Amino acid sequence: MMNLFVLQLLNGVQLGVLLFLIAAGLTLVFGIMDVINLAHGVLYMVGAYLIATFAALTGSFWWGLLLMLPAAVAVGLILEVVVMRRLYARSHLDQVLATFGLVMIINELVEITWGTSPLSVPMPELLSGSVPLMGPLQYPVYRIAVIAAGLAVAVGLYVVVNHTRIGMLLRAGATNRTMVSALGVDINKLFAIVFTLGAVLACLAGALVAPILSVDTGMGESVLILAFVVVVIGGIGSVKGAFLGALIVAIVDTLGGVFGPILLRSVLDPAAAGQMGRVLAPMLVYILMALILFAKPAGLFGRSA
Amino acid sequence: MMSDVTTAPTATRAPALAGRVKAAALLFVLFALLPPLASALNDPFYVLIGTRILAYAIAAMALDLILGYGALVSFGHAAYLGFGAYAVAILSSYGINDMVLQILGAMVVSALFALVTGAISLRTRGVYFIMITLAFGQMAFFFFISLSAYGGDDGYSLSQKSTVLGTDILHSDYGLYYMALGLLAALFLLCNRIVGSRFGRVFTGIRENATRMEAVGYSPFRYQLTAFVISGCITSVAGVILANQAQFVSPAFMSWHRSGELIVMVVLGGVGTLAGPIAGAAAALLLEEWLGVLTEHWPLLFGLFLVLMVLFSPRGITGVLEKYGIARGKE
Repeated sequence: MMNLFVLQLLNGVQLGVLLFLIAAGLTLVFGIMDVINLAHGVLYMVGAYLIATFAALTGSFWWGLLLMLPAAVAVGLILEVVVMRRLYARSHLDQVLATFGLVMIINELVEITWGTSPLSVPMPELLSGSVPLMGPLQYPVYRIAVIAAGLAVAVGLYVVVNHTRIGMLLRAGATNRTMVSALGVDINKLFAIVFTLGAVLACLAGALVAPILSVDTGMGESVLILAFVVVVIGGIGSVKGAFLGALIVAIVDTLGGVFGPILLRSVLDPAAAGQMGRVLAPMLVYILMALILFAKPAGLFGRSA
Repeated sequence: MMSDVTTAPTATRAPALAGRVKAAALLFVLFALLPPLASALNDPFYVLIGTRILAYAIAAMALDLILGYGALVSFGHAAYLGFGAYAVAILSSYGINDMVLQILGAMVVSALFALVTGAISLRTRGVYFIMITLAFGQMAFFFFISLSAYGGDDGYSLSQKSTVLGTDILHSDYGLYYMALGLLAALFLLCNRIVGSRFGRVFTGIRENATRMEAVGYSPFRYQLTAFVISGCITSVAGVILANQAQFVSPAFMSWHRSGELIVMVVLGGVGTLAGPIAGAAAALLLEEWLGVLTEHWPLLFGLFLVLMVLFSPRGITGVLEKYGIARGKE
C-alpha cells in the first residue's frame, strides 16, 4: 500500500509540473492582458505533434526537442500578431468566440496535416529504463526527468518574474496595465512576449509528455479544462498560485482515482464503493475547486476584485 | 422608489418589446410551415433537422436570458442539455415515460445544479465566471461519462419515445416537431414576460450598474442566481427534446464544444433579443450542415468564420452589444 502511494504520488507530481507549464502561461495571459484564451490547450497538442515530427525527421528525441522550441516561438508569435493582438481591447465574449474559432481551426489543421491516427515519440535512450526507489519499487527515469525539467522551468520562471527587469514589467502589468503603458513601456511588445512565452511553455509541456502518452488530436481538451481549474484555484495572474494549484489538482486527481475507491470500501460494500468511486473520482478536482472558491472567491493567491 | 425603476424604462422599451414578439411570431409561422413543405418535397430529413434546430433554439434563448440581459457569459450551459437528455433515459428505464414528468425531473435536477454551481460562480465575474462555469459543465460531463449503468462514454439507446399525458403523439416525427415548436413558443412567451417584468428590469439594471442597483436596495446576487436557475431549467427542456429526436443520449450532448456552440448561436442571432438566438440556432446548425456537405473538415471553415466575424465585423460583436446598451464586457 505504501509503495502504491509513493508511486501514485510521484505520478501526481509529474502531472502537476506539466499542468504548471500549461497553467503558468495561461495565468500570465489572463492576469496581464485580461484575455481569455481557449486555444491554450491546442498549443499543448501542437507541441506534441511538433516534437513527433522533428524527432521522426532527425531520428533523435533531443534534436526534436531543440527544433520544437523555435517552431513553438513561431506558432506563438503568428497567433499573437494575426489574432490575439486584435482581441485585447475587446469584450470577453468576443475573446471567447474568436479563440473558440481558433480551437476549431487548429484542431482541423492538425488533423489535415498529421491524420487522425495517434503518433508516438520514441523514449530517448539516455532516459529509458527505471531506477529503484525504495525496496522493490522501481520508477521510470523519464518520468523523473520530466519532474526535474518542470521544476527547473518553474525555478527559471520564478527568477525571471521576480528578479529581472522584464519580470518586473510583467508583475507591474498584471497589477495595473494602464499605468505601465503610461510610464512609457511598449505594452504591445510586452504583450507579445507574454503570449509567446505562454505558448512556448504549453508546447514544451506537450513535447515532454509525448514519449509517455500517445500523441492524438484530443489531447489538448482535457488538459485545457484542468489548466483552467488550476488558474482559478491559484488566482489569476499568480505564477506562484499556478504552481501550487497545479500540484494540488494533479495530486488530488491522481490519488483520488486510486485511493478514493479504497477509502470508500471501508464504509460501503465493495460493489457500491467501486461504482461510486468511479463516478466521484473524475469529479474530485471540480469539487475541490468549488470548496476553495467558496472560501476564497479570488483563488489562493488572487487579488480580490 | 421602486416605481422609478420599473416604470421609467417601460415607455422607451415598449417598441422594442413589440418588435421582439413580432419577429418571434414571424419565425414561429415559418417554422410551422416547414413540415408541410418537407412532405411536399418528400424529404423528411428537413423535419429531423428542424426538430434539432427548435431544441437548440430553446437552449440558445435560455442562454440569452442571462448572457444578453445579465452579461453573464455561462460556458457550461451544455450541462443542462445533458440533464434533460439523461432525465429521459433514466426515468424511462424506471418506466416513467411521460414527457411532462421527464421535463419536471430534468428541471428539478437542473435547478439544483444551477443553484449550487451558480451560487459559487456568481461570487466572481469576468474571466473567472467564464472559466468556472466551464469547469462545472465539465464536471457534469465527467459524471455522465463514468455513469456506466447508462452506457458511460458510449451513450445509451432509448427503447421508445416519450408519451405526452398518455398519448403517443411524439411517435411520429411531425408530432415531435410540433411539440418542440409549441414548447419553444410557450417558453419564448415566458422569457418575454420575465424580461419585461419587474424582476427582469432589476436584472437588466444589475447588468448596467450593479453598484447602483445595490444602492437602490436590490441584492444583485439573488437576482442573478434566480435568473441563472431559470435559464438552466429552460435549457434542460431542449435536452428532453433532443433525446427524443435522436432516441439516444450520450455525454457528447454536454461537451464544452456544445456550450461554445450555444454561445455562437446567441451571438449570431443577436445578444439580448430573445428572438434573435432562435434565428441564430437555425443559422448556426444550417451553416454546419452546409459546410459538412462541402468538406469533412467543416470545423476549419466554421472556426474561420467565427474568427473573421469577430475581427472584421464593424467594431466586432461589441458593436452589436453597444447598440443594445451592453457596452461593457470589461471595465
